[in-house]
Parts: sequence; C-alpha cells; structure tokens
Amino acid sequence: MAAPILNPRDLEFMLYELFDAESLIQRPRYQDHDRHTFNEVIATGKTLAEKYFLPIRQKLDTEQPTFDGTQVHTIPELKTAYDAVVASGFSSATADYEHYGMQLPPIVANVASAYLSAAGSTALGYTALTNANANLLETHGSPELIERWVKPMREGRFAGTMAMTEPDCGSALGDLTTSAQLAADGQYRITGNKIFISGGDHSLTDNIVHLVLARIKGAPKGVKGISLFVVPKILVNADGSLGDRNDVALAGLFHKMGGRGHTSTALSFGEKDGAIGYLVGEENKGLFYMFHMMNEARILVGTGAAVTALTGFQYSLDYAKSRPQGRLPSCKDPLSPLVNIIEHADVRRMLLAQKAYAEGAYALVLYGTQLSDDERTAETPEARQQAHLLLDFLTPIIKSWPSEYGPKANDLAIQVLAGHGYINEHPVEMFYRDNRLNPIHEGTTGIQSLDLLARKVPMNNLAGYIATLAVMETTIAEAQAWPRAAVHAQALQDAVKVLKDTTRTLLGAMQSSPIDLVLANSVTYLELFGHVTIAWLWLRQGMVAEQALEKDPHPDDVAFYQGKMQALQYFYHYELPKVAQWSALLVSLDNTTHDMQPEWF
Amino acid sequence: MKILVAVKRVIDYNVKVRVKSDQSDVDLSNVKMAMNPFCEIAVEEAVRLKEKGGVDEIIVVSVGEAKSEEQIRSAMALGADRGILVTTDGPASSLTVAKTLKAIVEKEQPGLVIMGKQAIDTDNNQTGQMLSALTGMAQGVFASEITIDGDKLTVIREIDGGLQTLSLKMPAVVTADLRLNEPRYAKLPDIMKAKRKPLDKLTLADLGVEARQTVKAVKVAAPADRKAGIKVADVAALVDKLKNEAKVL
Repeated sequence: MAAPILNPRDLEFMLYELFDAESLIQRPRYQDHDRHTFNEVIATGKTLAEKYFLPIRQKLDTEQPTFDGTQVHTIPELKTAYDAVVASGFSSATADYEHYGMQLPPIVANVASAYLSAAGSTALGYTALTNANANLLETHGSPELIERWVKPMREGRFAGTMAMTEPDCGSALGDLTTSAQLAADGQYRITGNKIFISGGDHSLTDNIVHLVLARIKGAPKGVKGISLFVVPKILVNADGSLGDRNDVALAGLFHKMGGRGHTSTALSFGEKDGAIGYLVGEENKGLFYMFHMMNEARILVGTGAAVTALTGFQYSLDYAKSRPQGRLPSCKDPLSPLVNIIEHADVRRMLLAQKAYAEGAYALVLYGTQLSDDERTAETPEARQQAHLLLDFLTPIIKSWPSEYGPKANDLAIQVLAGHGYINEHPVEMFYRDNRLNPIHEGTTGIQSLDLLARKVPMNNLAGYIATLAVMETTIAEAQAWPRAAVHAQALQDAVKVLKDTTRTLLGAMQSSPIDLVLANSVTYLELFGHVTIAWLWLRQGMVAEQALEKDPHPDDVAFYQGKMQALQYFYHYELPKVAQWSALLVSLDNTTHDMQPEWF
Repeated sequence: MKILVAVKRVIDYNVKVRVKSDQSDVDLSNVKMAMNPFCEIAVEEAVRLKEKGGVDEIIVVSVGEAKSEEQIRSAMALGADRGILVTTDGPASSLTVAKTLKAIVEKEQPGLVIMGKQAIDTDNNQTGQMLSALTGMAQGVFASEITIDGDKLTVIREIDGGLQTLSLKMPAVVTADLRLNEPRYAKLPDIMKAKRKPLDKLTLADLGVEARQTVKAVKVAAPADRKAGIKVADVAALVDKLKNEAKVL
C-alpha cells in the first residue's frame, strides 16, 4: 500500500485536541459551521489531492514550465488541477460569503489545504498567493479596486502575485528603483524590473493581478517612499471585460532547484510606454500594506515547510516499516530472517527527529494561523489585541523555524531511504529540493533573526516578548498536574530562564556595545527562541496526550498518544539542551564572525 | 419524478475494526464513521439522473442513530434536495429498515428508489430486495448501469459470469454495485448549502414501524491472524499438508 500523504489521525489531533477548533463555532462568523462541515472540507481536500495532484507531482517536477517567447507552457494537467481547486471553492474558502467564500476558519482551511500542498508540491502556490493578494486588497483597497480585482480573483478567473524583488534589491527593499509616474490621463505608469515573481506568468487564468512596489517620482528615499500598485497583465474595461495587454512583459523564467510546480519569473514593466498601475491606499504607505500580505505569506511559507516535512516523514516511515535489511547487533545468526529497517535504533532516531521537527513545526504554524484568526474574530477586544501582539512577535519564528527544520527533516527522510532516497524513484529528494526554498523567500532566516532581535523584542517596551513568555509559563504551570509532562515542564522552565537571561544580556549590550557586534549572532538567538517555542508546543501536545491516555482510549489511540509522548521526550533530550550552548555563545558576545575579515578566507 | 435514496452510517472503511472484549459486537466507541461507500454510489447516481433531466427531487433517507444526520448532510452536499432521518434505539435489522423505507415510499411515492447493494459493516445485502418484496416494486440489484426511458428502466446488473440487462417498469428499487459510477466530492459552497436544506426528523413510531430483531448475534470474533508461510521439501509433503493439516483436499 502506498504511503499516506499525511497522517489523518495527527491532523485530527492538532485541529480538535490541541487547538480545539470546534470551539470556533461559538463565534458569530462561524456559527453556520460544525465539526461535520470541517471534516467534509478536509475530506474534499484529501480527495482533490489524491485525484488531481498526487498523479502529477513527479511530472510537475521533471517537466519544468517553458516560455516560447509569447506564452508560458505548463503541463496541461496543472490547468485541470487548478480548475478543480477553484471549482471546489478551495481557493477562497476563508473569504466572506459575499465574496464567494464559505467563511471557513483559517485553521481548518490550513489543515484541509495541507493535503493539496503535500500532494502537489508547490502547485498550490497559485491559489494561495491569489488568496493573500485578494485579502490585502480587501483590507487596504478602495471599493473600486475590490470590485474590479478582488471579485475575479475570488472567482478564480484572475490570479494574484506580489512583485517586490528587483535584480539589485532583494532583502533590502528600501533600495528598490521601480518607478511610478502620474500621467496626463490621471493614471500611473510603472517602469522597472522585478525578479523571482512566483506565478508572474502562466496560462492558468484569464488575467494576472500583480501587486507591485514602486517609488512615485519625488518620493522620499528608503522604505518611507514606497507605494503599492495594482498592475494587471491585461487591462480590464469598465464593464469588467478584458481589454488590451498592459505593458508588462515576461523577460524570462527561472529554472529552480525545486518548487517547480510554481513558475518563477522575471517581469519587465513599462518597456514601451509604461505599465498602467492603480495606487492602493495612500502614497508612500506601500510597504506597510505589503506587510499585510507578507505576514500572511510568511505563515504560508512556514506551513509549506512543515507540511513538506510531514509528508516526507510519512513516506520514510512507511518505507522503514516495509524494507527488510540487516539484523540487530545482538543477532549473530546469518540464516535468521532480515528485520525491517525500523527495527534498527538509528533508523528510529531519524524517524523520531522527523516527527519532532515536522509535528512541532506544524503545531507552530497552526498556532500562528489561529492567532491570525483571533486577531479578527476573538470574542473580546482584549483577546484580539493579545492575539495581534503574539502573532506580530512570533511571525519571524513561525516563518523561519519550520523553514530551517523542515529541510532537516527531509534530509533525514532521504537518509532513511539511503541510496533509494537519493534517486528520483522516490519523492524524498524532491521534498528536500522543494523545501530548500523556504529559508530563502519571504525574508531569509538572517532577515527574520534581525527582525526578531533588533525589532520585535525591544518593541513597545518588550510587550510582545513578555506576552509570549507569559503564555509559555502558563503552560508550564498547567503541566504540573500531569506527572509525565511535569518532568519536561521543569526542563522548559529552565530553558525559558536561559532565554530570559540571554535576552537581558543582549538588550543591555545594545546600549553599551557596537550594535553590529550584538547582532552578529542574531540567527543563533532566533534558533534559541525557536527551540524554546517548539519545546513549549511539544509540552502542550504531551499534556493533551497524557490526559487522553488516562481515559482508556482505543488501542490504536494508545499507540498514537504514546508516540506523542516519545516525540516530546526526544525533543527534550536531544534538542532542547542545545539552548545552553547557544546561550553561552550569545551572552559572551562572541566576536568570531564579526571580526573575521574577507581577506582571511 | 422523485428519487428516494437510502444511506447508512457505517464505520469508516479506513478504520481497523476491533472486536469488543466480550465478543458481543465490534467496538464503535470513538471510531470514525462515514457514509457506506455503496450508498455514496447510490447518491451519485441519483444526482446524475437528475442532472440529465426528468427528475424533480432527490430525497435522502437514513434509518439509525441520531448522528446519521451527518450522512444525510453529506448526501445533500453532493446534490440531494431534502432529507428524512428516522431515528432508532440501537441498530436496526434489515427488515426493520425495509419496513421503514416502505412507509416512506408510501408517503413520498418516488418513481425510483436507489440504495447501496450492501453495507460494509454487516454485509447483509438484504434491504433492497426486502423493500421490493414488501412494496411490490420491481427490483434490479447489483446495478452497473441505469437508464430511464419514460416509465421504463433499463438496468445492467453484475452477475456471476457476466452482465444481465433487465427492463423494469417503474416504480422500481435499484441497488448500486461498485462500478455504477465514481462518486463526486463535495464542493465547499455545497457543504454550506446542505446545512440549509430541509431535513425531517422522525421516529419508527411516527411511521408505525415496530423494531424487531429477527436475527440474534451469538458471537463476534476477529479473523484468525495469518500465520507465516513455510517451505515444504517436495510435492508429496505439500499434498500431505493440504490433506491432513489444512484439510482442503
């Protein structure tokens, strides 16, 4: 039997036992829902994944998109799959009823989409980015912009992108040079080049709506002079029908290491007389608006990384259970039967590490997804404010921890399959390549670490930092009631103390030492905070499992919950102790990288 | 014309079934339940017939515990128009279900009743045939193709050794076999619409049906574990084992 794409029991655990998604139906926005509708959506997601995506996953990887100078060609099955996703209502599941949505809670949509993401490699990117684009415009765009662009995106007729990166400006957006000039006809003309635009061109939809960051002539330098524009591939007439081609040209396609289901493009705006663009919101506030989409995209990146780790784990687990090879060290009889490789402790180590990384990362992104919902729909203003505070603080961790440890999990999946994992007969090498993009796009790990240490921690008198630690300490207190969890709660408490001491030292150093030196090891700080956060989420999973085990569950569930307890133990024995080493490096303000000179390499 | 479709809530086919320790039944506590796969095929066929025209309404019925409402909602998300839930105290026998359906048939007067050929929980394969006998409607069981032509129904059935084509006069009862169609999946807006479709809730007493268990389950046991194979020295040893150990020769 083929390996499962994902473990449905684990998804059920995360959704209903860990995050209690069923309680969301108390909120007015979700009052039409119940657990049955949630499960039906998840079932549809799984069916779509198995029917349309899984059969073409390898083909999407091997037959890359091509450009003939006029049009982009992707394998025809991708269009069929895209159309099926749109027709099923998946592309706008979380949107309002009046915008073709079903007002599905984002956490449920995340779980249902996980099947599509796991089975379709990165093909889900087209609808995911379109949804994020439409969400931005719905929040910050004028009613005219919403009517003209959001509606067809919700219907799946138009796709959406975000166009930020330029050939000479990636992480440092303040230096972007794409320009916008108000023409005599009262419309802006956009001129400039953008690269690495995912879904920047394709033939899956009638039109593509680019959200482009550009500088209006005369705007201030740096990030304060950036505005946001809707720049369509094809202009749209007043009656909504398609008009002329806008002055947006595809300069070429990039050939990527992985993620080949999703085109990556170089776009040239205004090669002729300027691409027509429509200003979103106010001038010079573009980056602020774009962060709306970027923060959502960062959770999507974390989700993609976690889900790719989950599916690689399931694949290698299935392989390890059915691949006979060797005998245990204690067995000296060469005629005795071979054991399946899962009998070898080191293979179980690699599987446990994958489980700890992947399920820990997925718990984190679901937590973040729930916060992004709570921000808007929690019962009280205080709860909404609290969610906003936590999400804003945790976003760099939600983006980067799964992105760093997801590929590590996929690396171990390859190792479990050994030689068979290195060849494309099995998808684990593809998972690794797909996942390797995640520490890079939507802000590299380095950028995220600077965002965390230099911005998010000190912000508002440490408000986000304090709130996050308080949430962890609440869990530590609750865990005292559960003997098995309590042991780990003590370890987490110690780790939180290490984190606090380290943070205090670094914040002090920011006042007294050169800032470049203090920030030189910011990625190590991000790792430390990330590990403490994942340890906290594992403790929560362990508490749920321990409570469930006391209720004499079904024998299959006993095994499932024992697995959770063992993965918790793995993370606390093999991973959490690393925080001490990282802390030592940080508090000593280690200058090794800071002082290294380019000539010394 | 109305089509009546009967659906049953059963243990999900992915679940590993376990027997209760007292061997009285299978263990259903906290186990995932779903619509019987053959019933899904029946729903799909009704929806396809309606899409072809000539069918005014699809009514979906389930007889069983209150939670069977979920399976009715699932059927409505796939395209059924209206639901009837008949709740029972405990499991209903095939005959009780057939009598219940008879009462609903008398009330609703459907031109066609479609149901799964059997349910994957007890594999009885009885209810459709019983309903036909109780109502006097024509029957076409194990259908792999259905065509409506006026008041005539052509049913191609899967039988041992091939296919049999029947021409039935409607109203008729048809039971769906595996190859009748491939059921669709529910689209998200339809899942929400299903919640607003009408659903009548009745009891057996409302329909004047008395629940009777005519069959008594003596004992439920799991199949014996498959034992590891062995190599035999020669054909004679194999024959000996087949004769004396397996006792199949």
